[in-house]
Amino acid sequence: MRTLPLPLCWLGGVLLLTAIPATAQTVLYDKSRISCVSRQENVPVEAQFRKFTAQIAFDPTKPEAGKAQIEIDVGSFDIDNAEVNDMAKDRDWFNARAFPRATFVSSGIRALGSGRFEVRGPLTIKGKTLETVATFTYTADAAGGVFDGAFSIKRLQYNIGEGVWKDTGAVADDVLIKFRITVAAARPAAKK
Amino acid sequence: MSSVTANRYSGPAILLHWLIFALIACGFTLAVYMVELPLSPQKLKYFSWHKWIGVTVFLLAVARLAWRMAHPAPALPESLPAWQRRAAAITHAVLYALILVIPLTGWTYSSAAGVPTVYFGMVQLPDLLAKDKALAEQLKLVHITLNYTLLTLVIIHAAAALKHHFVDRDEVLARMLPFVKSHGEQ
Repeated sequence: MRTLPLPLCWLGGVLLLTAIPATAQTVLYDKSRISCVSRQENVPVEAQFRKFTAQIAFDPTKPEAGKAQIEIDVGSFDIDNAEVNDMAKDRDWFNARAFPRATFVSSGIRALGSGRFEVRGPLTIKGKTLETVATFTYTADAAGGVFDGAFSIKRLQYNIGEGVWKDTGAVADDVLIKFRITVAAARPAAKK
Repeated sequence: MSSVTANRYSGPAILLHWLIFALIACGFTLAVYMVELPLSPQKLKYFSWHKWIGVTVFLLAVARLAWRMAHPAPALPESLPAWQRRAAAITHAVLYALILVIPLTGWTYSSAAGVPTVYFGMVQLPDLLAKDKALAEQLKLVHITLNYTLLTLVIIHAAAALKHHFVDRDEVLARMLPFVKSHGEQ
């Protein structure tokens, strides 16, 4: 097998780089959080995804030009209970070995007015992709900006909780996904 | 209603005593059984039931204590030695305290563990504490320890009642038994 000529490699690198929006903001992970609230026997219980990456380019004055891509390590599910955390990685739940990541890629963002926005796009969990819509607020100050939002999914549509866990009396079908993502203040964008 | 007959607890006091006993017996047995189970929908159900029982015990215990304040217990037999009177008074006071405090430790343990209590799956109780894993572990230990303290006292309490009935042949047990007519009531 021949290696690619250097200029082609270089071109490939540039293409990869341009796939990430040029104005991607720096995500402050210690001030960001993605969690889910499930209802067990109608008791709301919140769990956090400790590991995720987000690539976000968002300008509240031009929301439709914004882009977001989020990858969640489903094995980082943490409900503060070792037994449940282990079970979450099992085949019946996230099947983290076969499907280590859940991804969301925005296909469109629009303003809803008064600081609220709507983002839509495909959400993939456990190998299954469904169109999703989430509303969020964006608040910015000198230090940066905060995206705060939530949306609901039906866990059974993604086969999360199979076998005996299909019982929605024990764990409700509706699961609320909450996100709070903080980005550092944007540096002046370089002119193209 | 006139005052309670001298040698018998009132109807509501007897009802509350046995109702609370039955619920605690169920709640305790369920707890010992459920904690060993592997995680399953059934286990979540049992935890919910256990909490509902606990909330019910607490509410009934409050009612019972209020009733007791307004309706003093019947007098103990004259023949009872002073140390036994003291022992009975202390045991009863601790039993009352435990049936109030144990549900509270369960509730706060649940809150600290990040799992709210939803009474009968309908009424969500406020979380008394914020989620705190280390505190949850401590409260769990307190909850369990107090429960085994309760079990020990209940055994002593029942043994003393049986001793009164079968050895001393006095009316101490009969005054708390339902459907028994004591001599004083005839």
